[in-house]
Amino acid sequence: MGASSRRRVRVGARDGVSATEAVGAAVEVVDLAVTPLRELNQRLHDLAGPAGGPRRWRVVNPNGEHALACGLNAEVEVEVDGHAGYYCAGMNQLATVSVRGNAGPGLAENMMSGSVSVDGNASQSAGASGRGGLLVVHGEAAARCGISMKGIDIVVRGSAGHMSAFMAQRGRLVVCGDAGNALGDSIYEARLYVRGSVASLGADCVEKELRDEHVDELRDLLTRAGLDDVDPASFRRYGSARELYAFKVDNAAAY
Amino acid sequence: MPSPDSHDPWSLRESYLFDRATIAEIQRAAREGIYDIRGFGAKRRLPHFDDLLLLGASISRYPLEGYRERCGTDVTLGTHHAKTPLELKIPVTIAGMSFGALSAPAKEALGRGASEVGTSTTTGDGGMTAEEREHSKLLVYQVLPSRYGLNPDDLRKADAVEVVVGQGAKPGGGGMLLGHKISDRVAGMRDLPKGIDQRSASRHPDWTGPDDLEIKIGELREITDWEKPIFVKIGATRTYYDVGLAVKAGADVIVVDGMQGGTAATQDVFIEHVGIPTLPAVRLAVDALLELDMHRKVQLIVSGGIRSGADVAKALALGADAVSIGTAALIAMGDNSPELDEEYRKLGSAAGFYDDWQAGRDPAGISTQDDELAARFDPELGGRRIANYLRVLTLEAQTLARACGKSHVHNLEPEDLVALTVEAAAMARVPLAGTNWIPGSNGPA
Repeated sequence: MGASSRRRVRVGARDGVSATEAVGAAVEVVDLAVTPLRELNQRLHDLAGPAGGPRRWRVVNPNGEHALACGLNAEVEVEVDGHAGYYCAGMNQLATVSVRGNAGPGLAENMMSGSVSVDGNASQSAGASGRGGLLVVHGEAAARCGISMKGIDIVVRGSAGHMSAFMAQRGRLVVCGDAGNALGDSIYEARLYVRGSVASLGADCVEKELRDEHVDELRDLLTRAGLDDVDPASFRRYGSARELYAFKVDNAAAY
Repeated sequence: MPSPDSHDPWSLRESYLFDRATIAEIQRAAREGIYDIRGFGAKRRLPHFDDLLLLGASISRYPLEGYRERCGTDVTLGTHHAKTPLELKIPVTIAGMSFGALSAPAKEALGRGASEVGTSTTTGDGGMTAEEREHSKLLVYQVLPSRYGLNPDDLRKADAVEVVVGQGAKPGGGGMLLGHKISDRVAGMRDLPKGIDQRSASRHPDWTGPDDLEIKIGELREITDWEKPIFVKIGATRTYYDVGLAVKAGADVIVVDGMQGGTAATQDVFIEHVGIPTLPAVRLAVDALLELDMHRKVQLIVSGGIRSGADVAKALALGADAVSIGTAALIAMGDNSPELDEEYRKLGSAAGFYDDWQAGRDPAGISTQDDELAARFDPELGGRRIANYLRVLTLEAQTLARACGKSHVHNLEPEDLVALTVEAAAMARVPLAGTNWIPGSNGPA
């Protein structure tokens, strides 16, 4: 990394908003090559407090650190300039986190609100158990994307791996490419949209009619994800057959 | 039943292999075509703390004055990494039990009772209720495979975090809550449709294996700014290895739940046939901690079949820092009360036998989501009973510790114990009473 990335604008978060405004719209740059992750996350967490602080942040030299920008709870923008490790933006609330690289497992796990995006690929379990907010993967998503999702919306520009939307309870998963094996296994009330092929559907997941209201829903999700060039009418919809909601011995073969 | 007059005793011999309970279960299975799901823990006889005895002081050891000299009971959990460890006044905590499995007033009572005597209570598979947070001075927040109700606000409100890998009643199994207990409120907290049979995941959605667990714990520490102790709870199976891996993954506290540990709803076959008893599990956990030089640095909580102060004292003597109670806490609050015998009989059970905690029809108002049944339960009275029971457990453990000459319950040690059976001697690695024989050991301890 060149010297430029070592720039470190040391505007104290604890100095309040006025100190930030003194450097205009300057972005608070934190270089993880010199700043410990703990310090970065603590400063980002402190933004939820009464003192507030800078609203725009840029993290350089992330070098695949785990737990980057996790537990945020303020309306701030954080740009990660490189690759992130496990659990980037985990349990996010309110914040907008953008990864300009690839992200490791558990990206935006259990997100509550706000939005998280990754320019590259996301490893397995992206958006796991997420309860709200929007996750956008501009590359490919690996296995178990949207596993256990509970209200999050996930839009994948590329394809999603096997066991995606496993036990998906609520929310929407949109896959513009293909979906791997066992899509939506043991799904509850989440809605799944896939434009390409589906290798196989999991237990109790079935194709359903794509009605106008679903096209409208898709258009809105794609727009919010910044994917205006994708035709919302070109998707197929999948959801729960609701056959396994009550345990019946006659269904035992389904597992 | 045939009378002895008409049948000779030889023809009335009951088969050991096919006893009346076994015959009834075969007939039920053939009739219903589904495995038996029930609450409670293992019912079979297992090697347990009853198979150990404490050696009181005599000439070579001197006792403490039973009614006068101080015997400490405090325990601090989470001294390894956490900025704010849990300071408990007694070495007995309340185990994780979900709102869903238990009614809201029952959860409140657990918090009231635990807080009154200075110990902690624990959430469960389904999230944190406002009632239990309000009434629990110290509340441990569970992060389970299902992640039902999990949210960072509650995580930050908690006093400690417990990553649940498994529980003694069903190591390797996920939670289960049958449809009749999924009320509007439970469904809302869990993001599920009302009334479905909820069978939750047995694996965490975003980590697999010890290396991932270490990173997961790191994330939870980051989110909570390294303030809160992080517990890892495991069902007792390969306990020596699991404890070692959990310590290496960065846990502050290890919770080991033996196979006698209770459950609100699990297959009977799972409860009775998976896992190892609490007795060997304690010893294996302590072995792992000693080997890593982490005994007393990473604290050990043991659960699964703790009923009395004797169980507490013996678990601590084997090296645990604290114990947890679940089933016993429910009984203390009024579960299986003789006063409800008639109502239990209407449900096909009787006081002292009721284990249909999965059914949601508990006349005590504890293991139910029915508003009318839950309203029968008085959380203040329940809280007082929990506090009373916890006090008795503590007083009993102190009595035994003083008799062994210990000024703190943590000073109890394996040397204070002998075993009544060869099995218990081998599992607890203490000598068979009256001998210096520890089966499996090369010589005297």
